Amino acid sequence: MEKILDVKNLKINFSTFAGQVQAIRDVSFHLNKGETLAIVGESGSGKSVTVRSIMALLANNAHIDGGEIDFKGQDILKMSPREIEKIRGNDISMIFQDPMTSLDPTMPIGKQVAEPLLIHGSMNHANAMARAEEVLKLVGIDNAKNRMKDYPHQFSGGQRQRIVIAIAIVNYPEILLADEPTTALDVTIQAQIIDLMKDLQHKIGTSIIFITHDLGVVAGIADRVAVMYAGKIIEYGTVDEIFYDPKHPYTWGLLNSMPTLDTSSKRLYAIPGTPPNLLDPPAGDAFAPRNPYTMEIDHEAMPPFFKVTDTHYAATWLLHPDAPQVDPPLAIKKRQAEYRELLASGQIGSHKAKEVDQNA
Amino acid sequence: MPKDNETIDAQPRKKLVQVKHLKQYFNPGKPNEVKAIDDISFDIYEGETFGLVGESGSGKSTTGRSIIRLYKPTSGEILFNGKDISKIKHRDMLEFRREMQMIFQDPYASLNPRMKVKDIIAEGLDVHHLVKNDQERDARVNELLNLVGLSHDHATRYPHEFSGGQRQRIGIARALAVQPRFIIADEPISALDVSIQAQVVNLLREIQQEQNLTYLFIAHDLSMVKYISDRIAVMHNGRLMELSTADEVYNHPLHPYTKSLLSAVPLPDPMYERSRRRKDYDSSIEFDGKPRTLK
Repeated sequence: MEKILDVKNLKINFSTFAGQVQAIRDVSFHLNKGETLAIVGESGSGKSVTVRSIMALLANNAHIDGGEIDFKGQDILKMSPREIEKIRGNDISMIFQDPMTSLDPTMPIGKQVAEPLLIHGSMNHANAMARAEEVLKLVGIDNAKNRMKDYPHQFSGGQRQRIVIAIAIVNYPEILLADEPTTALDVTIQAQIIDLMKDLQHKIGTSIIFITHDLGVVAGIADRVAVMYAGKIIEYGTVDEIFYDPKHPYTWGLLNSMPTLDTSSKRLYAIPGTPPNLLDPPAGDAFAPRNPYTMEIDHEAMPPFFKVTDTHYAATWLLHPDAPQVDPPLAIKKRQAEYRELLASGQIGSHKAKEVDQNA
Repeated sequence: MPKDNETIDAQPRKKLVQVKHLKQYFNPGKPNEVKAIDDISFDIYEGETFGLVGESGSGKSTTGRSIIRLYKPTSGEILFNGKDISKIKHRDMLEFRREMQMIFQDPYASLNPRMKVKDIIAEGLDVHHLVKNDQERDARVNELLNLVGLSHDHATRYPHEFSGGQRQRIGIARALAVQPRFIIADEPISALDVSIQAQVVNLLREIQQEQNLTYLFIAHDLSMVKYISDRIAVMHNGRLMELSTADEVYNHPLHPYTKSLLSAVPLPDPMYERSRRRKDYDSSIEFDGKPRTLK
């Protein structure tokens, strides 16, 4: 599979009155053409900062202290603002979280959707408006022709998010960055928007980076998943590997703290404590203070990535050959047993098949 | 089983809140009239957690706000502890407000940024004259902070110094300060991260058991509501669609709207997600006036 975006060793700090906040601490990942990569993490884990850096949309107090973001053989971090403007909203575009604040309340929606086309000079006004109408139909706005002149307040939340998506895809971007696009919406509307994004990906062949903290949504939309904690990716793999055979205790905790419809126990598992302060990140594994499986080395040295399969890596000392065997929580064991069954019965393609695919 | 019914009848559970044919219209009689609540009735028993779920605009928050008397009902009545809340006299209002408390959705907007945590928590104590002196006040604040899992050195800090989950704990401590019997929690966890949601839900459950509280838990996240609730009511367009025990609503939903809502809930299970089919719902059946029978 062709890599369309390659982020290597990205480090981003924020200057604040209290000192340097190390928001992104050495993050590397790649995005394959046509796939959906989900980045999962809590607020403050750095997932939004990571995708904003791809769009060069960081706040003024952010410094990129290392790394590169490779897009079509060019390093986005080294581009001039002019060069980035050519890419932004054209080759790479973004869907923001809040449909209420990401539209201009004083501009008719047709014009807002056509704006990227006009700015990038790819069309004249009449053609741009025609394309805007077409895209609004594509995202499921009824009676699009007549509603082009309506303002954002005349639409419901779900419709507004559809309009935000229309703006993002009007140029048929190669990469779509979706920053919690459904968090502000009801479950029924959320399900519609996710179906829409899958459908659009099918139609225009976009690659998607999908940021969320909702693991349910991830299970439905992602091909691969990266889990972030305290400014680092701590585990990544295919969606089946992360959900059925997770290796990092933080991933265990996340999956375990989600209520499933068949769980009958009256007490939910909660990860104890809170994430570390990134003003002064811990020397070892940042998850160590909250980790029930913590070992001495977790406090002393940062774990490197250990390979589980060719597509699945996790940064936890538990995978070190010298580490003791630990018993994952019951719910995780159930998932692993289910995974072995699914693999054996051939219902899930084994990772070997995917690996061949990647090298091709 | 008639035998079970008899034992239940022998010791009827006390109804703490009774909502009878409640209607809440905004701008009644005007062209922009909104029927936020359109004739709903339900009871909340003492000691239980009653979950109220629905999409935005379904009227679930309005229901909570009507029960705590932030709105005057258009028609119908709400009884709390057997008394009609719209007929509570001015001098008894203070006591009513003490017994019924609210936890709000947004932990960032619901705490006064210019007050210290101890003053936020103790405001209710002051209003209701529940403490005699500063010493007693501080002791009570510390007790509450411990109860919700914060420490006493948090008392002199301001809300902006806390994370979302910690702020929600402060909101819970504030509600508990006046020793209420009934708490309305309006989407108390939807603004929090997944790992923190579980902490807050567990906390609410522990406190309920310790203090024999009754909750009205309003949310749109159905999987969490199932966890915390004994019974669940599903609302849509200002009406109740279905009301039953949490297990029944989840495992054997009867109303097509409930089925549609459940079919939209994403689960952290890729195989399930691949095979999930969303059920569409046609709301016209709510208004077509045709009689229906259980299938």
